[in-house]
Amino acid sequence: VGALSGLRICDFTGQLAGAGATRLLAAYGAQVIRIEDPVREGRWDILRGIEPFVDERRGINLGGAFNNHNVGKLGITLNLRTERGRELLAELVRISDVVSENFAAGVLTRMGFSYERLRELRPEVIYVSNCGFGHRGPYRDFKTWGPIVQACSGLTFSSGLPDQLPAGWGFSYMDHHGGNFMAIAILAALIHRSRTGEGQWVDMSCTAAGASLLGPVVLDYTVNGRPLRRPGMPNSNRSQSPAMAPHGIYPCAGEDDWVALACRHDEDWRGLRSVIGEPWIDDARFEELSGRLAFEDELDESLAQWTSTRGKFAVAADLRSAGVPSSAVQKPGERIDHDLGTSAWGLWPTVEHTEMGQVRVDGLPVHLSETDWEITRGAPCLGEHNEYVFGELLGLGADEISSLTKEGVL
Amino acid sequence: VSEPQPGPLDGLHVVELASEWTAFAGKLLAELGAEVILVEPPEGAATRRYEPFVGDEPGAENSLWWWHYQTSKQGVTLERSDTAGLRRLVGWADIVLEGEDVGRLAALAVDHTVLRGERPELIWVSISPFGHDNPRSGEPATDLTILAGGGPVWSCGYDDHTLPPVRGAGNQALHTAGLHAVAATLVAVIHRMNGGTGQHIDVSMHAAANVTTEAATYHWLVAQETVQRQTGRHASHRLTTPSMAVDKDGHPVNTGFPPTSVQGYRSIIEWMEEIGALDEFPEAVFLQLGIDKGGVRMADLATDVETQAIFGAARDALVFIAARLTGYQFFLEGQRRGLAVGVINAPEDVFEDAHAQATGFPTPVRRSDGRTVIHAGSGLLFERSPWRITGPAPELGEHNDLLERLDADS
Repeated sequence: VGALSGLRICDFTGQLAGAGATRLLAAYGAQVIRIEDPVREGRWDILRGIEPFVDERRGINLGGAFNNHNVGKLGITLNLRTERGRELLAELVRISDVVSENFAAGVLTRMGFSYERLRELRPEVIYVSNCGFGHRGPYRDFKTWGPIVQACSGLTFSSGLPDQLPAGWGFSYMDHHGGNFMAIAILAALIHRSRTGEGQWVDMSCTAAGASLLGPVVLDYTVNGRPLRRPGMPNSNRSQSPAMAPHGIYPCAGEDDWVALACRHDEDWRGLRSVIGEPWIDDARFEELSGRLAFEDELDESLAQWTSTRGKFAVAADLRSAGVPSSAVQKPGERIDHDLGTSAWGLWPTVEHTEMGQVRVDGLPVHLSETDWEITRGAPCLGEHNEYVFGELLGLGADEISSLTKEGVL
Repeated sequence: VSEPQPGPLDGLHVVELASEWTAFAGKLLAELGAEVILVEPPEGAATRRYEPFVGDEPGAENSLWWWHYQTSKQGVTLERSDTAGLRRLVGWADIVLEGEDVGRLAALAVDHTVLRGERPELIWVSISPFGHDNPRSGEPATDLTILAGGGPVWSCGYDDHTLPPVRGAGNQALHTAGLHAVAATLVAVIHRMNGGTGQHIDVSMHAAANVTTEAATYHWLVAQETVQRQTGRHASHRLTTPSMAVDKDGHPVNTGFPPTSVQGYRSIIEWMEEIGALDEFPEAVFLQLGIDKGGVRMADLATDVETQAIFGAARDALVFIAARLTGYQFFLEGQRRGLAVGVINAPEDVFEDAHAQATGFPTPVRRSDGRTVIHAGSGLLFERSPWRITGPAPELGEHNDLLERLDADS
């Protein structure tokens, strides 16, 4: 029994930016009821039914990404264009603690379920919305995906090499953290409710959440007046805060193989010198951090030459045994299937999905000694839990469920 | 002046042992309303020496890293060997947050096993590179090496694979672990509120990075496919078309995820007409085809040539338009047409942005010398229990009188 058992979430989230939030709460035991549109077969969530697939089968229930992001949830279909559909949703809201969504601003209101309406149905409801720019301000109607959030928030620009376009993030980083922030908002609002009895609306702006993750570079601008848009910057494989050198990602022997290493202080530098043991590294200019920073290009070139004939795992292991932080840039298969840091953690649980069968998914990077997370059930198929939710929770008879299904309400 | 409304975590007591790993999680808890006492040794925490410095002048009170991450906390100093002092603080706390080297506190007999043994209601959160309970615990690591070994770096960089993959900037290994740590902490608080005991929460930064890679992980888990990094867009197991374009001044913009709907294709055609460029864009015929087909389905993109042509034409059209406008115009005009496109802001741009200013994202914080510093705000707008920065980062020993107060209370 998870820490959040007894908590019911009426969940409209999708993609990862929203689905990630309720995924996390489900892993801690919340009952998450995911509501999908039967007319569009839930395709508002663009991950429904798309690759990767476990085998040659294709279909709306077989998308691997959707499964990953929706493990442990219940799934129902409900056509909110119909009066009866809206009535049933109202009944579900009445017995839910939380309503969560990541539609564009205004969509849920247009469906007839504004925050005011939700409060009429359930006075102490916790309503958490997550959209690109929040529900107020000049950009409130703007639409975003992860990459747009990252672009507008400053995260994309910050990541890259000098004299290149921004590398940005090669995935929707802010979908992950949109989900995590949203989960935190729900949990914090639950704590507030249990202390005061009050529900509330938490209006989340994913772009602002992204900008809250820029780090100390912000104060370098607002205090020192130093913008990041300046010659030689950004250079995010190096470390400006704190200043470290050497600090970077260097080529190794092998196909697209790279190693990362960082000297935090002179002790690490001495460790690096002991491992490399070649004359160039005893250069007096490199003895102190100021010199290593002043001649960092040269230092990086020599290091890259040294690493380029060696294997990335061997370099990293040798450096770590000398106390120097280092890691191979791991490819997915390496970190998932050949790394005790993940396997011994139990980071890739296998779920049972009704149609896909057994599939491995992301776990959580925490362990709680008393109420740990648990992920065992795959994502719901379309309408998979209609019978349970409409029957057992809302008290509809089997005949009624069957006729509502025929009428296109469910 | 009326008392400000308390945050959602009002009344919770947190003791944070100052470390790089815990700083962000502690800040989040503090700004959600918890009272956080930050403990550092009398000579100051190591992170007080992290660049950048105010006016580039090093000094224990001048680190902008410290200013950024320690807002809203109260600071006390305690000898690292003063276990009696630590016990007094822990006796006051609901939550202990620490990122000490694994084993250090155990050697002093003041780790979670001992102190939770004495007070089972205590929630003890450990954030470390590989977690406490892992074969890799204790390996040296930094933000860079964690992101390299944990997956994010593999997916970020450029089409040109002779360039190294790229670390996303801004201490994201800390932020990623911090968000999971906070979510787990709030789950533990809820468990306690419901009559349960406290618990130990073991957070692995490496595991956190591993579950923050989106497609890289689930493509491997589901289909054993390896994604490859691409310039400024999602890493993918197959080559995709560029999503970044440059504006008329040469600054990059993000063309986003091209539209798939009839309305989306209409908007692009209208936009081109308005800027008088439709005749110069021969692929417009495919946009019309997209309208005639009633839009396209993402599920067909991998296999259907016509869908690919329509989707590609939409992206090319956005690239074509971007080159004729400033990045900001492209963003505003595109979004007003319902197209999810983005400007690539530098961090400094974010603080000058009209929406950010209208929604109060730049957050003034008054320092003890009377100076006001602008900090990043939050993405979470709580209706009833607001997120708030309650004060600047503490000076060394600024709140040492708290220790006496605790003594008096006990």
